[in-house]
Amino acid sequence: MKDLFLRLKGIDQRWWYLALALGIILFPWFTSNYWISVAVFFGIYALLGLSLNIILGYAGLFQLGHAAFWAVGAYTTAILNTRYGIPIFVTLPISALVSALFAILITKPILHLRGDYLCLVTIGFGEIVRLFLFNDPLGITGGINGIRGIDRPSIFGFVFHQPIHYYYLTLAFVVFTIFAMRRLENSRLGRAWIYVREDELAAEAMGIDTTQVKLLAFIIGAAWAGVAGTLYASRYTVIAPETFSFWNSCVMFCIVIIGGVGSIPGVLVGTLGMVVLPELLRDVLEEVVQWRMLVFGAAMMLMMIFRPEGFWPSPIRRHELRAAELTASE
Amino acid sequence: MEFFLQQAINGITIGAFYALIALGYTMVYGILKLINFAHGDLFMVGSYLGYTLVIALIISGLIPNLLVALLIIFLMAMGMVALTGALLERVAYRPLRKAGRLAPVVSALGASIFLQNVVMLIYGPRYHVYPKGILPDIHWSIGGAYVTLVQLATLVISILLMGGLYFFIQRTRLGTAIRAVALDHDTARLMGIDVNRIITLVFLLGPALGAAGGIMIGLYYGRINFTMGWGYGLKAFVAAILGGIGNIPGAMVGGFLLGIFETLAAGYLPWGGAWKDAIAFLILILILILRPTGLLGERVVEKI
Repeated sequence: MKDLFLRLKGIDQRWWYLALALGIILFPWFTSNYWISVAVFFGIYALLGLSLNIILGYAGLFQLGHAAFWAVGAYTTAILNTRYGIPIFVTLPISALVSALFAILITKPILHLRGDYLCLVTIGFGEIVRLFLFNDPLGITGGINGIRGIDRPSIFGFVFHQPIHYYYLTLAFVVFTIFAMRRLENSRLGRAWIYVREDELAAEAMGIDTTQVKLLAFIIGAAWAGVAGTLYASRYTVIAPETFSFWNSCVMFCIVIIGGVGSIPGVLVGTLGMVVLPELLRDVLEEVVQWRMLVFGAAMMLMMIFRPEGFWPSPIRRHELRAAELTASE
Repeated sequence: MEFFLQQAINGITIGAFYALIALGYTMVYGILKLINFAHGDLFMVGSYLGYTLVIALIISGLIPNLLVALLIIFLMAMGMVALTGALLERVAYRPLRKAGRLAPVVSALGASIFLQNVVMLIYGPRYHVYPKGILPDIHWSIGGAYVTLVQLATLVISILLMGGLYFFIQRTRLGTAIRAVALDHDTARLMGIDVNRIITLVFLLGPALGAAGGIMIGLYYGRINFTMGWGYGLKAFVAAILGGIGNIPGAMVGGFLLGIFETLAAGYLPWGGAWKDAIAFLILILILILRPTGLLGERVVEKI
């Protein structure tokens, strides 16, 4: 048994990646539409998690209102598409842009706030956005019923209308995002974010314009959430304010923390935990389906008690927590 | 004028609920710098326990004297929720005290889901309605506006509880210890204060007050639901910020102010009713941008 394990370990890592990639590509051919839909859902939340990871993970800004940016993206697409008939792939960049502008508008005055205070203001903005969508003062968001009849995305006459089409579309976006994030993480800007997270004062002393850098984290994070919003709106063709509730902001927050702050594989694991696990529990606990969320809540607590640094933390972050423990025990 | 008075009276009643819940948030934040997201759910648990006890003690006729019965109900529900709060701290927060600021937030959200679902499993997902006519339907007229007995009782009980808490914090040895721990854990420990016991004490006091608020909300509105902790909790949190988080009189003032603002805005602004919740959050944002320490908060130098 041990021998087998060692031999498995001896295999070149690239083979593992290849197997994983093949597994992901072939997955929809061996499963039901239900699980493909779950996978698409996973993909959308993974995008949201990755976008929040920029703000919360890299730059360390407590953001508990991320659903607001998601909502802005989704509603921009929905309004442009249903009112003006603009195709989804054209609204996609527009949504990202509108979300980014919205982020500039609301975060500029609050960037000086630290920690918990920032967290509270973002909760406030998130709720106000939801209430705005709900009350519909401009007559464009459709109030409590939201907007229905959003087009499916199409390209050169090909319409993405089946779950499997969406699977590959979402997969493409997730893969692209992961590559982009990896480049971003090691860029000058990415290193500046981590520096701001670790020690804002020192970062400023080193010549980093901390306000600018934090604002950029919000802009890029919001734009990406806007992209996820577009995908969401076109996948379900119906959007309603209740989707963009405080609870969903909490889910995104938990995705980043449970996976491990600032870690891309962590976000994917976190999304599995927060979005796919409840679905799995639905199957396993079929007899006692109402116990599902109870188990889920307990799991969140246990996870944090036994692994506060998250499931798959980034090496820098792990080191940081360990160092804090060491100084505390001295 | 009558309308204004009526709105103000209703606002003060709702403000009393906010203030009672806000105290729990503000005490925990003052001592642990932790936003206890499960606090709203403890308040909800209090409301449900109150419901059960009202059925068991008053409706069944077990205790014929209404005042005695209500006293027992309040004490029992407050005690049970206090124990739940202390248990929550022991299980979900204490192991995480050295784990940074993010992990406890997730743990608190987990605890919140857990509590909600425990209540949902026990009581079922539908609304529960407090039996009508527990308190006699008496009301007085003040300048054309009505004050009901429930409103008056709410106000009196909350002021008594808050006064009691304020006295406890300011005048007793344990209260002094709480204030010392809020200032500095390590120095307090050097002065011979058992910091863990003080934290447990705070997690007994806050939820107990929240439970009292929960029962009174049941008596006032009638309808309770297992998800109501979120909404009231968030509002009460805004109230705590409004008064200056970590500041106990601040939470009381903030609660009443928020309740009054909200009902007046709902009454006077066009479509105010629909935007009532947004007003609370608008206040939150304005306060945090203009005066982050709240109305009564002292200027604290942020530790870097």
